[in-house]
Amino acid sequence: MEYTTTQSHGDYAAIKKEIWKVTIILSVLTIIELSLGLLMYLNPDMNHSMKWALKGAIIILMLAKGFYIVAYFMHLKHEIRNMIMTIVLPLTLFVWFIIAFLYDGNSYNELKNNYDRQYYEQSKIKATKAESSHEITQPKTEQATPTE
Amino acid sequence: MSTAISAKTKWWGGGKSPFNVEYGKLMMWYFLMSDSFTFGAFLISYGAARFSANSWPDPNEVFNTFPFAPEGVHAPLVFVSIMTFILILSSVTMVLAVQAGHHNDRKGVIRNLILTIIGGFAFLSCQAWEWTHLFHEGAWWGSNPFLNADGTQGTVNFTNFFFTITGFHGFHVFTGVIINIIMLIMTLNNVFEKRGHYLMIEKAGLYWHFVDLVWVFVFTCFYLI
Repeated sequence: MEYTTTQSHGDYAAIKKEIWKVTIILSVLTIIELSLGLLMYLNPDMNHSMKWALKGAIIILMLAKGFYIVAYFMHLKHEIRNMIMTIVLPLTLFVWFIIAFLYDGNSYNELKNNYDRQYYEQSKIKATKAESSHEITQPKTEQATPTE
Repeated sequence: MSTAISAKTKWWGGGKSPFNVEYGKLMMWYFLMSDSFTFGAFLISYGAARFSANSWPDPNEVFNTFPFAPEGVHAPLVFVSIMTFILILSSVTMVLAVQAGHHNDRKGVIRNLILTIIGGFAFLSCQAWEWTHLFHEGAWWGSNPFLNADGTQGTVNFTNFFFTITGFHGFHVFTGVIINIIMLIMTLNNVFEKRGHYLMIEKAGLYWHFVDLVWVFVFTCFYLI
């Protein structure tokens, strides 16, 4: 059966130029991601909504990187539309997948906090870091109430 | 070998592959799609576990070491950034190898494949070091020495997911390196030269880029947020 390569457009030099362009874009996106991560590290007292905004920005940058890798390095952008759709449409299941499971995890935590006081109290007890040893799997936690 | 295609080509009229790709490449795409659901399921279950806990270890506290760094040096994100750039660069050399293959440039294919393989081994070495280091800190499946960000006792979910997911990804990297080595041997033996095309390199390339793509997600989910 006849098929043609998808590289029929553009010459070698132009393609190489595109590859390096995408490399630079990926590097820049990574550096921005890392600097946002560092910003969160250097400001531990950052308020909650700011932290979520930064995390959201990091996720958007992650998706942008994913797009550049798939579209240019894996060359999906230059394939035939029908073929792209057979791959991309099933992946839209992830929209449901992510929302449903994260929502469920969060709801489980809320239920535990509201209806299982022991779980809630246990999760608020400060602990001390165990010595590095594989024999101790459960580092000692400070007792909430004196044992005596 | 490339034929000019007009926009009005009747792809479904018979006599042509309607997706304009060879069978193996299409199947590689479908395999990668299914594999992305496997990784997606892992990462989403990690997310669900994290959302169902009141607190979680701070990645900047856990992953803050660097090889040969003196005790007490805190270098969050530095080591993992190096790993990320290694993988991005090996992806670039892979795409250069694929392009060289399109132009039947045997030397270019060999050179870039060797660079890609070196990149793959470098990444695996970094991961081996990191795993060893974490193991010596007391982390392993079923054992989590790290406290949560708010100072409470951390859950073993953290280490279980970390080792399972980075391990599964590392296994993919390892497989990718093996595939690339096979491609290199085939190129050196002139298999593709005799066949008249280097399309096999393209399929190996798709797999390798997918490994890089997954790392983008794993890296973000574990080390950044």
